[in-house]
Formats: sequence, structure tokens, C-alpha cells
Amino acid sequence: MLVDFILENKRTIIKNWTDLTFDTYPPEGGSFMRKQKDPFANPVGAAIVNGAEALFDWVVGGSKDYSPDLIRRLDDIVRIRAVQQFSASDSLSFLFLLKRSLRESIPENMMNDRHLFSELLKLESRIDSLALTSFDIYMKCREKLFEMRAMEIRNRTSRILERACMKYGAPHDW
Amino acid sequence: MDLHDLPKPQDLMNINLNKPPETGWMDNPAVFRDGTYSYPAAGKNLKRLGMPNPREWAPTDQDWKLPDNWQEIILKGMKERLEKYRSFRLFMDICVRCGACADKCHFFIGSGDPKNMPVLRAELIRSVYRNDFTLLGKMLGRFGGGRELTIDVLKEWFYYFFQCTECRRCSVFCPYGIDTAEVTMIGRELLNLVGLNINWVMEPVANCYRFGNHLGIPPHGLIDMWEFMADDIEDITGIKVNLPINKKGAEILFVTPSGDYFADPGTYTCMGYMMLFHELGLDYTWSTYASEGGNFGLFTSHEMIKRLNAKIYAEAKRLGVKWILGGECGHMWRVVHQYMETMNGPADFLEEPVSPITGTKFENAKQTKMVHITEFTSDLIKNGKLKLDPSRNDKVIATYHDSCNPARAAGLLEEPRYVIKNVVNNFYEMPENTIREQTFCCGGGAGLGNDENIEMRMRGAFPRASALNHVVAKHDVNRLLCMCAIDRATLTALTHYWAPDVMVGGIHELVANALIMNGEKDRTVDLRGEPLGDEEEDE
Repeated sequence: MLVDFILENKRTIIKNWTDLTFDTYPPEGGSFMRKQKDPFANPVGAAIVNGAEALFDWVVGGSKDYSPDLIRRLDDIVRIRAVQQFSASDSLSFLFLLKRSLRESIPENMMNDRHLFSELLKLESRIDSLALTSFDIYMKCREKLFEMRAMEIRNRTSRILERACMKYGAPHDW
Repeated sequence: MDLHDLPKPQDLMNINLNKPPETGWMDNPAVFRDGTYSYPAAGKNLKRLGMPNPREWAPTDQDWKLPDNWQEIILKGMKERLEKYRSFRLFMDICVRCGACADKCHFFIGSGDPKNMPVLRAELIRSVYRNDFTLLGKMLGRFGGGRELTIDVLKEWFYYFFQCTECRRCSVFCPYGIDTAEVTMIGRELLNLVGLNINWVMEPVANCYRFGNHLGIPPHGLIDMWEFMADDIEDITGIKVNLPINKKGAEILFVTPSGDYFADPGTYTCMGYMMLFHELGLDYTWSTYASEGGNFGLFTSHEMIKRLNAKIYAEAKRLGVKWILGGECGHMWRVVHQYMETMNGPADFLEEPVSPITGTKFENAKQTKMVHITEFTSDLIKNGKLKLDPSRNDKVIATYHDSCNPARAAGLLEEPRYVIKNVVNNFYEMPENTIREQTFCCGGGAGLGNDENIEMRMRGAFPRASALNHVVAKHDVNRLLCMCAIDRATLTALTHYWAPDVMVGGIHELVANALIMNGEKDRTVDLRGEPLGDEEEDE
């Protein structure tokens, strides 16, 4: 079973995956995120490391449902990357880097086994479904940003407008 | 099938993984991505202030319409400031690049961009200093860490000096005491010399200069707003509060940021002041002239701080008050505490502040003659002068964000906590390395709290949000308290994006909720018009 092999190598695969993800940042930033273990001094690193394990467990675990915890972990990472200096595809690229980490962990003699190969395809499809979900989260985050911009412009003077409308008899409920 | 022959996912998608640039930091020009920079100042605002090079331009333009001799202007400005401010020269000379500050900036932590490391941010200007003002730099050039002031360097200054909120967290960790905020301040002063500034700073400055407050509200507009709040208070408490405005001979002049007049949730804090002062029977006055505690001059130049701050003493003198009381404000407090007396003093026409209610002498304010509202209120509580029912705030599970300027710059750490603990039953601190002197910035101070900069703000806000989410998960915290008007606006966006179940508010909003006022009607709602806890309704 490929899954058994992958579970045996869980630590290495996750470590390689998070390292690849940290490499998407400029070197000084990535190195800091990798090294600083205090979650409050390094919240981006903490979200990536904690999220990676939960996402890995789901991909390998075989459950079809997205638990609220899984979504939260995915959200934790996507929400951060949605406001960083990435294009949309770069933002979500971290999920596909799990594929690379998985493939690189599998020794050559296991590669040619058709049965194991189909198992790998299944795992990769599960990563794809996470990617689609993360796209929804990403869009919600970006939409939220624009909603916030509109809200800020409105709130800046909300009381003045409310007062002016009351004074001159215009409707003043938002 | 050989799995290793498969194209890698990133090849398939042609993803650019932002691999580290091949060139060193000196040669990477800034990239102006929408959402990460602030719009430049409108020409009309610079004209009003008599500032150089008023024009319309955009950071994404190739041509920034600078004066032909911009290099000469900047270098001359640097020379003047190196001679005038010993701190600036010292900060340029003594950094040994130990890296203690490197990972302390909220923008670096949230973005991973090395130029947001305080040491490198300062290096942007230090490299030019070395090149043009030190012998070693003149001789060795790049090998000595020097760099010529080119247009790309100037653009980089604009990008990164308007990506520092001057919160000074990095300076807490510097073994030499280098204050990167002051480097940013000088950096911005220099940029201003050639007309590089942002509208979110210059419009409030121009309005403040003309009208006395950031939004440019004329006196009758202010009075209208204050009366509006007094009406709301009457609806909630049944009490028509005393509202003295421009009252000559009052004992105390009250000055607070105008952000609290017009925008929720600051308005509730402002109502809180009115209720407290009414209940105390305080002989005080609001002013339509000194109608702004905030001072965006701090984000412009030393000269501009002085110009805008002058109105506070001038108004105190005109009205003939004895001393000045300041509301919940962040950077106003840094200006008042650290610059006001030197710039616009001596305030020898005022008296050393004494609380008329408790008789306490505020000796710490001997020089400036200005007291912070949390000092004033904590003294009232300590002396048992307020009747408080904290259970009226039982729906609130609070934590406290130390606003950078009052906390780190002015040491107001205990007073706000003392007040909060006396008006709220449920209060939980965020993790130790994110509060008090080590507090994380809201991500929108120093003029960066504008909507176009929202993406950068959210990056900078993330360290604060992560600590907040910790107490949300652990204690169900639902209110983020702060004592800064900028915070009340910017933290609202922070919670909206990072912690949607948390509301933001000021301290005196909760003081007023808990305050049992003489002759008040049975209170059923809080200052936000929301029902009080079930216990209250049963009473």
C-alpha cells in the first residue's frame, strides 16, 4: 500500500512540503518563517506548519467530508496568502507543492508498480479537490477586501450624513 | 511509466514561485502593486500648505514629475538634518546590523518582504548616507555599503517609508536604541522636499491647518455633531448632559481626536466622555478651534507637527483655562508627551494639572500641562469617585490592544488596564509578547490606514490578529478595546478580515455603560443601542 509508505514518511513529506512553501517567499522571509517557532512571533509560519499537517492527514486519510477544522486550517493559510505579494495562482500554489513532495518521497522501485500508481493518482485528485475549495476561500477573502474598502469609505462620514439627512428630512437608514 | 518523468505541477501551471531574485537588495526596484501603496497627495492640499512641487501624479507612472534638481534637494536636506538632529546622524552611524530588529516588524512578519525588516528599511537611506556623507563610502562605494541616490532608490524610499507605521516595536529590541521610526520620519521629511507624500496624510494636514480638524468640519458642524451625541445620550439615559463649548474661563480644555466625532465606534467613546464629565460636574469645555487632537504633522515633518499642534496651547490661552485634558488618542499622545512643550511651550500661562474631583496632582504633566483621560479616570476610580456597575458590560468579553504610541512611546500601560478591570467583569490579556511594550501595531498607523492600502494593512495587521484569535478561541473574547482613534478605525477592518466575531471599541464607552448617573432612567440599552445583559432586563 502506497498510503502505508507515505504515512511512514509523514514527517519528511510534510517538512519538505512546508519548506517548498516557505521557498515561495523571499529568502530572508522564508528562512524566518521556517526557524521561528513561537506562533505569536511568527504567525505565518505557524499557520503553514499547523495547516500542513491537518491537510496532509485529510489527503491521506480518505474521508470524503470537509470537517469544519479542515476548512479552518485551509482558510488560515489561504487568508494569509490572499493578501501577500502573490498572484492568485501563486497564492494557491502551495497545495500543488504537496504533490511534488509526495512524488519526490517515493523511491524509484515503487514508481513502476501500476497499483501503487493508481493510489497516487487518487491522492493527487484529493489534493485537486482541496485546491478547488481553496479557490472559493481565496475569492471570499478578496471579495471581503473590496467590501471593506467600500465600508470604510462609507463609515468615515456615516454620522455626518445621518445627521444631515435627519436635518433635511431625507431617509437616513443605510 | 516513470513517475519522475512527469512534469512537475508548477511546470504545468507555469507558476512563478517568486523565486529569490538573483540580484542583491540594492538592485531590486520597488514594485507598486495595487493594494500595497497609498495614493499621492492631491496638488491642492500641498498648495494650501505652501509645500513644494504640488501636482497630480501616480506612483505607477514612469515619470513622477520631480523637480530637475531633485537629487540636489534631497542631499542638501539630508545634510541639514544630519547637522540638526544628532539622533539621525547617530542612527546612521551606529547600526552594526546585528539583526535583533529584523523579525520584529509586523509588516515583515506578515509579508516576508526583507525590505520591511527595520534594519533594511533604514539601510535604504543609510546606503545613500554612506555614499555621500562618509569618507569610507566615498572611497569604497558599493564595497563600503554605499549606494548612489538614483530615481529607483527614491521610488523605493517612497514605497517603504510609507510602509512603516512608526510604531517603534523594532526599537524596543535594538541594543543601541536606534529608533527606526525616527529614521522613517526623516525619510518622509526628505521625500516631502520634492513633493512625494500621500493624500491620506496631507489632506488631514491641510484640513487641520485650515479648519482645525482632519475632516475640515467648520465650527457649526462640530456643534451639531456634539448635540447629536447629547441627544443620543438623553435617549439612553434620560439625562440631558451639560455640553460646554468654547467656554471662557472653564477650568479644563478637553481635546480629543476628531475621528471620534464622526465615525462609529469612536462616537460611543466620545459619548462616554460627555457622560463622565457631566456626572462629575466638571468645569470644562470643548473647543471648535482646538477640535483635533490628532496630528498628521507627525507623519510629515517636524515643522508640520509644530504648526498643527500650536492651536492647542493657543486655544488654552484664549479661553483662559488652567490645564488641558486629552481624550483617548494614540499619536496625539506621542506629540503631546514628547514634542509639544519643546515646540510650542513653555505653557507658563497654565497651571500644573490638579484633578478638581480628587485633588490629585498630575506631577508627570508638570511640563506639558496636559493629562491623558485614562490617567484622569483611573485616579477617579482609585479614589472611589465613580459609581460603577460593571455587570452592565457583561455581554462584553474584552481584551486590550496597547495602542503603540501611548503604550510604547509614553508608557501608559497600567492606567487603561486599571480602568478596564473596574468597568468590565470579563477581561483577558493577549499573549505576553504581543502586548504592553511589545504590542503589535494595528497595521494602519502613521497615515497608512487608507482604503487603497488595504492589502498591505492586512499583512501588517496579521500578527495582532493572530494574538487576538488566540484569546477568541480560548476565552470567547468578543471586544477588542483600544485607546486610539486610528485604532478604532483600522482595527475594525482588522477584525472584519481576520476575526469577524470581534467588535472594536474604546475604553470610555465601557466606562459610560457602567457609570451609574445621578437621576438616570432605568437603562435598557448600551451606548450602541443594543440591549444590556439579561440580568439587567430582569431588574
